[in-house]
Amino acid sequence: MPDVKFTVDGKQLTAPAGTLLIEACKSAGIEIPAFCYYPGLSLQAACRMCVVRIEKMPKLQTACTTPVAEGMVVTSESPEIAQARKSTLQLLLGNHPLDCPVCDAGGECELQDMTFKYGAGESLYAEAKNHREEQKWSPVVYFDRPRCILCYRCVRMCGEGMDVFALGIQNRGSSAVIAPNVPAQMSPDHLAHVDCEQCGMCIDACPVGALTSGAYRYKTRPWEMNHVTTVCTHCGDGCKTTLGVRSTSDGAEIVRGDNRDKSGINGDFLCNKGRYAFDFANAPERITAPLIRQTDGRFKEVSWEEAFTHAGRKLRELRDARGGQSIGVLGGNRLTNEEAYLLQKFARTVLGTNNIDHHRTADYVTFAQTLAEQKDRTASWRDTQTIPAALIVGGDPTNQAPGTAWNLRTDVRLNKARLYIANTAEIKLRRQAKAFLQLAPYGYGALAAYLAGDEAVAQSAAADANALTSFRDAVKAEEKLLILIGSELRGTDLRRLIEFGLTIPGARFALLSDYVNSRGAADMGLLPDMLPGFTPVSAPGAFAEQNLPTAPGLDLLEIFEAAGRGELSALYVVNSNPIARYSVDPAALKNTFVVVQEMFFTETAKLADVVLPAANLYEKGGSVTNSYGDLQLVQKAGDRAGVRSDFEMIVRVADKMGADIKSLVPFGKAQPGLRADMGQSRGAQAGEADRHAVWLTANNLEPKLSPFDPWAILDEIQRLVPGYNLLRLQLLSGNDQHLEPEAAASAVTNRRDLVLPSGDTLFTSGTLGRFSATLNETRQYQTGEPLIQIHTAAEFGS
Amino acid sequence: MSEIANSIFTPATAARFDHLVTIYPVKRSALVPMLLYAQDEVGYVSDAVVTEIAQRLDLLELDVRNVLSYYSMLRTKPAGRYNVQVCTNISCMLRGGYEILDHCKHKLGIGHKEVTADGTFSLEEVECIGACCWAPAIQVNYDFHDNLTTVKVDEILETYRAGQGKDVK
Repeated sequence: MPDVKFTVDGKQLTAPAGTLLIEACKSAGIEIPAFCYYPGLSLQAACRMCVVRIEKMPKLQTACTTPVAEGMVVTSESPEIAQARKSTLQLLLGNHPLDCPVCDAGGECELQDMTFKYGAGESLYAEAKNHREEQKWSPVVYFDRPRCILCYRCVRMCGEGMDVFALGIQNRGSSAVIAPNVPAQMSPDHLAHVDCEQCGMCIDACPVGALTSGAYRYKTRPWEMNHVTTVCTHCGDGCKTTLGVRSTSDGAEIVRGDNRDKSGINGDFLCNKGRYAFDFANAPERITAPLIRQTDGRFKEVSWEEAFTHAGRKLRELRDARGGQSIGVLGGNRLTNEEAYLLQKFARTVLGTNNIDHHRTADYVTFAQTLAEQKDRTASWRDTQTIPAALIVGGDPTNQAPGTAWNLRTDVRLNKARLYIANTAEIKLRRQAKAFLQLAPYGYGALAAYLAGDEAVAQSAAADANALTSFRDAVKAEEKLLILIGSELRGTDLRRLIEFGLTIPGARFALLSDYVNSRGAADMGLLPDMLPGFTPVSAPGAFAEQNLPTAPGLDLLEIFEAAGRGELSALYVVNSNPIARYSVDPAALKNTFVVVQEMFFTETAKLADVVLPAANLYEKGGSVTNSYGDLQLVQKAGDRAGVRSDFEMIVRVADKMGADIKSLVPFGKAQPGLRADMGQSRGAQAGEADRHAVWLTANNLEPKLSPFDPWAILDEIQRLVPGYNLLRLQLLSGNDQHLEPEAAASAVTNRRDLVLPSGDTLFTSGTLGRFSATLNETRQYQTGEPLIQIHTAAEFGS
Repeated sequence: MSEIANSIFTPATAARFDHLVTIYPVKRSALVPMLLYAQDEVGYVSDAVVTEIAQRLDLLELDVRNVLSYYSMLRTKPAGRYNVQVCTNISCMLRGGYEILDHCKHKLGIGHKEVTADGTFSLEEVECIGACCWAPAIQVNYDFHDNLTTVKVDEILETYRAGQGKDVK
């Protein structure tokens, strides 16, 4: 679009033709107030707050619906405009209660701000206010009718943004109300309810306190919290989230999950889990003291020192007596990259074993190997917002990766992106698709082969041969294409699909997994045959300096098979629950020494000999990598007395085993490869280290480079792990950066398929979901209410 | 032949609806006429009416309710056999519209949007019905009565009570 020149308040501005005046002014630093305008949603012009004077136009005009034009002369603030806005506010306040002192939005309210600015504190209206009682629309969405200013943001957010359409406007004039889709007269409890995905985006968009969150309402005030920006711990999208934290007698409690700054990779979006399901951290069931199993089989609370000494001594004895190959290590999908890296290094260098694995939710090894020696072929999550076309094979983003679904919907709405969806189920995203191909049951492999040119398998890919052909032709005609792959495709199928995609020069790939750091766990080498960066154990490359065992170890299932045969002397489990997940017979572990780092008494923790109470992702710092390979900073928000980070616990156990900690974690000065800015102790820059420490503290980071400092390991990751040559400033300033795997190509095509999708939906989240009261209540609500239809959409795909 | 199986409407109305959806550039434009015809047939817009109309127009029930609640001439509860609508907008007001309304309230023993116990009459205070030249005016079902006095109103109500007025339902 060509640029146009126009004048606002005497300033010469330029903006592309078609830009809305309100946006053009915003870019130039001129704020025009608005309640109903919301970037990216359709225009409403309902609130009349954004009125400005445009020369040659007879009346004040709404800046939110006026595109800039050549030679336009605009006044954004004048006594006339102030008076108009003040009158608007008076009308709005005519029916607005004066309950700011108790309202959740108090202090963060756009109406409050505007009233302060334009001074409409006194009203000319004497009519009685139209009061209605507060309504509980669902466990997480509450509606306070009197506070509503009818800006329609929630209605558009729910319909256009979420494709749910649960909210509407009913009645007329001053009695108009926002109404949910389950009316009171049809509801069994005679109260109005919402049948929706419970994402809470309506609450986020609400400029006032009309829509409030069930998890947060009346708990605290915005200025009483610390706001920590970190990454959501739930699905593989890794949304940036801001946690509101408040001090308690035993730590710091998270009281709100929010998306305040909207600067993250997820833009405006947070889903139900990101917004409400932080409460597992506050759950009373958390283990808050180390436990050792006594000879009578019962757990006894012990001191940290005793627990570490016991675990370290036993592991050392077993390693020395029966060899490292007799020990298994299982890591989690919600560890930071630094912890995952440390865990595999601990397993390989201290325990001396390659028997290390994690619960895999996508085949990243094949993904990385197939894309070996390719450049710019992996997609960042950011691409889903802008790419002109996307092929989505398998998966169900709406339920498994809601942020991805949000971005794709937005891309379709704003950029007219073309989605091609192939799935065995009628996933919800098909409603935005240009073409939806219904696959035959288990038809993914056949589809991959068909796309790659094997006509013979057409029958087993899809019943409708014509649809299949036109689908392939349409996909092949795209020049820039995002190929988004669900975890259904693994091994040969995945390889084939990627190889087909590589024939399209502008195609980029992403493979969806289920947990916040599933990708990181694979990248960091929680695999029996792969070192970090998908480096084969047999060809360790840069890792040769660590003298690692070169024979592949046992995978997760083989570890438990070995235990069943009595060949497993010890099992070290960090943040994982394989017993429940893989339905392992607990008896298999009866002769194995089991150490478990865990938040809750999971099925696995119950079998442990030593239980070390662990912090969760909201209680530590580090970095995580999402499904797409985007690296982001995790910062410590909550805190709970009696728990420690997995990082610290691994180091302490290694120490008690007698390991050389300086070679495990290269902390302190003068370590080879240390890249952290240590500052200088003398000369012109003396004192820099102190300033650096101040900066680190201000940013919630560990100020000292101690053996428990994840940044010390980050140095090593950056130095040794292929594909992790990251930009530290980008990471530490809270921005995302896309990393491409740099795996070596492999001829091995028949790796064992150990991918087990989590089966999580919008309202479950593995172990964390089980201990989130809000999530459980929401799930019960969704399944219990007979008029709720959404849960049916939420259930499949598992 | 109705396009909806088990339509709640009479075959004639169902056929009319089938036709209605075909004559607008977008289907949902048929919503308001459909609601009015449905109300004339059923007497009010019931939940079942909402469900079927939503189905016919590929709308969510919520969309139908949004529109339904906007228009005051659409009702979600049964009215009396004769729905007396008294205009109190400016012309009628100046010529005694409120007297007429109060008289009706007194005479029928019901208030705004209420129905007599025997279900014969219901009363509504409405905005302008377009009979300003002959104010004050009332509308009973679809019939106008103008240049009213309280005496005339009594006569009109008696006529209806005797079953001689037009009964659209």
